[in-house]
Amino acid sequence: MELNAKIPSGPIAEKWDNHRFEMKLVNPANKRKYEVIIVGSGLAGASAAATMGELGYRVKVFTYHDSPRRAHSIAAQGGINAAKNYQNDGDSVFRLFYDTVKGGDFRSREANVYRLAQISLNIIDQAVAQGVPFAREYGGLLANRSFGGAQVSRTFYARGQTGQQLLLGAYQALERQVAAGTVAVDTRSEMLDVVVVDGVARGIVTRDMLTGEIRSHVADAVVLATGGYSNVFFLSTNAKACNVTATWRAHRRGAGFANPCYTQIHPTCIPPSGDYQSKLTLMSESLRNDGRIWVPKKEGDTRPASQIPESERDYYLERLYPSFGNLTPRDIASRRAKEMVDAGHGVGERSNGVFLDFSHAIERLGADAISERYGNLFAMYEKITGEDPYKRPMRIYPAPHYTMGGLWVDYDLMSTVPGLFVIGEANFSDHGANRLGASALMQGLADGYFVIPMTIGNYLARVKPGGLDTGHAAFADVERDVKGRMERLLAGNGSRTVDSFHIELGRIMWNACGMARSEEGLKDALQKIPELREQYWKEVNVPGSGDTLNQSLEKAGRVADFMEFAEVMCWDALTRDESAGAHYRVEHTTDEGEAKRDDEHFAHAAVWEFKGVGEKPERHTEPLEFENVQLSQRSYK
Amino acid sequence: MQRVVTLYRSTVGKKVLMALSGIVLFGFVLVHMIGNLKILQGMNDEGVYAMDAYGEFLRDVGYPLVPHEGVLWITRLILLAAVLTHIVMAVQLSRRSGAARSRSYEKKESLSFSYASRTMRFGGVILALFIVYHILHFTTGQAHPQFEHGAVFRNYVLAFQNPLVFVVYLAAQIALCFHLYHGVWSVFQTLGANHPKYNHLRRPFAVGYALVVFVGFMTPPVLVLTGVIGL
Amino acid sequence: MRLTLHVWRQATPRDAGRFETFDAPDVSEHMSFLELLDVINERITENGGEPIAFEHDCREGICGSCGMVINGRPHGPQDLTTACQLHMRQFRDGQEVWIEPWRAEAFPVIKDLVVDRSAFDRIIQSGGYISVRTGSAPDGNAVPVPKVFADEAFDAATCIGCGACVAACPNASAMLFTSAKVAHLGLLPQGQTERWDRVLGMVETHDEEGFGNCTNHGACENACPKGISVDYIARLNRDLVKATLRARPVGAKDA
Repeated sequence: MELNAKIPSGPIAEKWDNHRFEMKLVNPANKRKYEVIIVGSGLAGASAAATMGELGYRVKVFTYHDSPRRAHSIAAQGGINAAKNYQNDGDSVFRLFYDTVKGGDFRSREANVYRLAQISLNIIDQAVAQGVPFAREYGGLLANRSFGGAQVSRTFYARGQTGQQLLLGAYQALERQVAAGTVAVDTRSEMLDVVVVDGVARGIVTRDMLTGEIRSHVADAVVLATGGYSNVFFLSTNAKACNVTATWRAHRRGAGFANPCYTQIHPTCIPPSGDYQSKLTLMSESLRNDGRIWVPKKEGDTRPASQIPESERDYYLERLYPSFGNLTPRDIASRRAKEMVDAGHGVGERSNGVFLDFSHAIERLGADAISERYGNLFAMYEKITGEDPYKRPMRIYPAPHYTMGGLWVDYDLMSTVPGLFVIGEANFSDHGANRLGASALMQGLADGYFVIPMTIGNYLARVKPGGLDTGHAAFADVERDVKGRMERLLAGNGSRTVDSFHIELGRIMWNACGMARSEEGLKDALQKIPELREQYWKEVNVPGSGDTLNQSLEKAGRVADFMEFAEVMCWDALTRDESAGAHYRVEHTTDEGEAKRDDEHFAHAAVWEFKGVGEKPERHTEPLEFENVQLSQRSYK
Repeated sequence: MQRVVTLYRSTVGKKVLMALSGIVLFGFVLVHMIGNLKILQGMNDEGVYAMDAYGEFLRDVGYPLVPHEGVLWITRLILLAAVLTHIVMAVQLSRRSGAARSRSYEKKESLSFSYASRTMRFGGVILALFIVYHILHFTTGQAHPQFEHGAVFRNYVLAFQNPLVFVVYLAAQIALCFHLYHGVWSVFQTLGANHPKYNHLRRPFAVGYALVVFVGFMTPPVLVLTGVIGL
Repeated sequence: MRLTLHVWRQATPRDAGRFETFDAPDVSEHMSFLELLDVINERITENGGEPIAFEHDCREGICGSCGMVINGRPHGPQDLTTACQLHMRQFRDGQEVWIEPWRAEAFPVIKDLVVDRSAFDRIIQSGGYISVRTGSAPDGNAVPVPKVFADEAFDAATCIGCGACVAACPNASAMLFTSAKVAHLGLLPQGQTERWDRVLGMVETHDEEGFGNCTNHGACENACPKGISVDYIARLNRDLVKATLRARPVGAKDA
């Protein structure tokens, strides 16, 4: 597997500009001859489709939702970073770049991150022009707030619904192109495989979720914008349908999978309440701006928060990290919460959380100001728990959230399969081993609006449009595979439900490959996963038929892919014998209990090559060179 | 004309036409009510009932600039046009709504909206029937056993001495009140006459309007029925 | 607590459909309503039946996927709450619960509680956007927007497109949905250029899709999980009249 990142030459600040000049262009009149498939309609997919449609390409978008607007980007709460320096507090493109590389624990590619920081400026402009109702100050100008891992206020937000507003902006831009006839959207249509013809991605195979029809679609390039794989843990903050199928299937067809072990655990989620728990609800990290995190100093203290005096509370983040306090990066905040709970300081009925307390902020700013900032989050918390956070502190606990790993891509966002591009959370590029808050929206939109529409031209300009139809044998082969898999899932008449297997897989993964990982645990998981997978194919019960809406069948296919994917995730965690960002190996900690990197041996992206189900995948590496940021032990003290 | 047609074609436009014709009818109801209060004045110095004089005035207003009963007939035509527009739009819109949901819910009770809004269509039918009766009763006289042309006061008093007639009119007034209450509020909403500063006054205004009309119309019949006013 | 559920089952769009009754003997008050359905579905599957199809995704009340009429009210008994955020502490032991799909001709039933809401996408296609070419936007702070307008626009923009307004409306009208988008964009300076075309186009598509007309009942506002106000409908009405009567009416999408 050849890993050429194709990073442009020149000083870092000029790479993107130079590259844009060097790239080949597709003549405006020729653009309509090219057809591009985009899978996924979240921030990255919708913005890419809208922009490419506008440029004149013929674009086809596929989503398994009933409308592009339902993609899970909609649930992002806190905000989007941009180095606008509207607050005049010392922000700059370089500082955003630096913070992101440092926040990612020096495991991301400098050139990509710098480009991301540059483009962040354009994203805000674009969104405002589309009518995204960002928060404003009384003077009518845009407001900002601060976020974990940064000491400047650079986060733009729309109450606690920033993702929703940005996605609706992109969705509306997309629907505008649909009306203009440049983009066609195929809803309730799930991509189940990529078609590679002579080593080049030339299309996909989908299942129509209403009729069960398996269909082939041909194109000159395929773009995956299919999000992350946190649902491998079953319980995560992701939407129920989020899955790894698109990227996993692409991986099986030759796309390298980079750093799958980098999965972010979000520190502020509502702890589970029972066995029926179907997902975990995230409470925006922005809450940490005004909320103070604490646990009772005494182990097993079951008194309600109001009866625990100040002197018996441990504000552990403020104690351990005086300069960042409650705003330490996500990985650190999560890990510390887990330690507190594991040490017996957990709160709530099931002792499975820590307090996030707003009483000081309410005293200082008044309940109205807090409601203005977090009203919808407080309301949501109360609905779920039945507790009023204005009166009692919230209970929070970390939960799997975002996956920094993904398909490997070069600077142009192309995977190791020519013609197959990957954008947004589905790729691995920008966040290294840990993503800072409010950077996911930034990356999704940067990729979709500003990067892929240019870089895909650089690829298309070198290939001839068309020249292939779905009659080609490669399509028939893939269709047959897909149909075979569906039939096999339906044919079994086992005794266990899909969810029961998913829950079991999730438990294995959370214990072995969750917030803390050990060699022993990972090796154990690598034993258990193949066994569970075998059992799955034997004992799973998928009711109904394949030719109507069948949600059990949809789930079954996704879980089948998680069963395969989980292994490579564990292999990656096992072979990355260091701690870095969200990847925390208990064997590698500093004296203060922080993640301890091994730059000598692991300053690279690990890229996995598929060798067959149950076979050990092959590990390749892309060395990461740091010319502009000095490698250092992260410190948020 | 093109613009009116465009307006007429959309559901919102149809509602606007309903609202505009509704305003004409509100105005008419108010003026009619004020006219009826002349019953309370009884007989004037010249030995003529104030109500009859008012009736005479309505027939002669504008004369000789316009022919006898000219203004009256123009007004009647405007009212007729308003009523017809109102009814035609209502029929078209309710057909559309019926077609928009062919199967209703098994459980309905928790769907919350006001009684007045729910009964607009039914109440509208009642009012239409009432208008026909009312014209036959007091304008053309076929439905009034002791009708005498021009003797408005006498016709009125004789009619309401009959408790049955009183009950019919009371029922019609209640229907009218509900219709007005939701109608007045609806006019603001449909014409987009809203402003954050005054929005909270729309409901009270609608209630007030409906009550004034109800009290204004029902006071004279009550006095007739109880014998306070007689011939 | 123990509940009895009556759930609408309909195998295909053409199937007549019927209610099926389920006993839910062991319901925790901390469960969400959809988690209750999950539990029922697991049991149905284990007993060899076909689980109840219902739409859901984020389970955080923001994606707008879930939607069912629970005891006559879209999204159930709690104000400002989607079905996924509704928790069982809102019900009492022994209660009968009727669960039905959205009912509107413009939202045909696909299966059980799943309906086709693509009409909403087509309404947006008819003008629910601001045309701005990627890359051609001026600086974000170039046009200040008074906070009150920004906030009001935001309130309208919180619509999640779930369709509860249509489900609640006695006329199955989608005016609340349509007006929220018209108001969101019409309140911002960026949205002025296309303001009149937008309202004409969106209302025309709304009507073509077979939604009923608004008769100002206000049931939509009561059912809306995001509390969107019918004041936006008044605003839409005003904009539509203005757009129609403008000196040089630029037509809706067919002009």
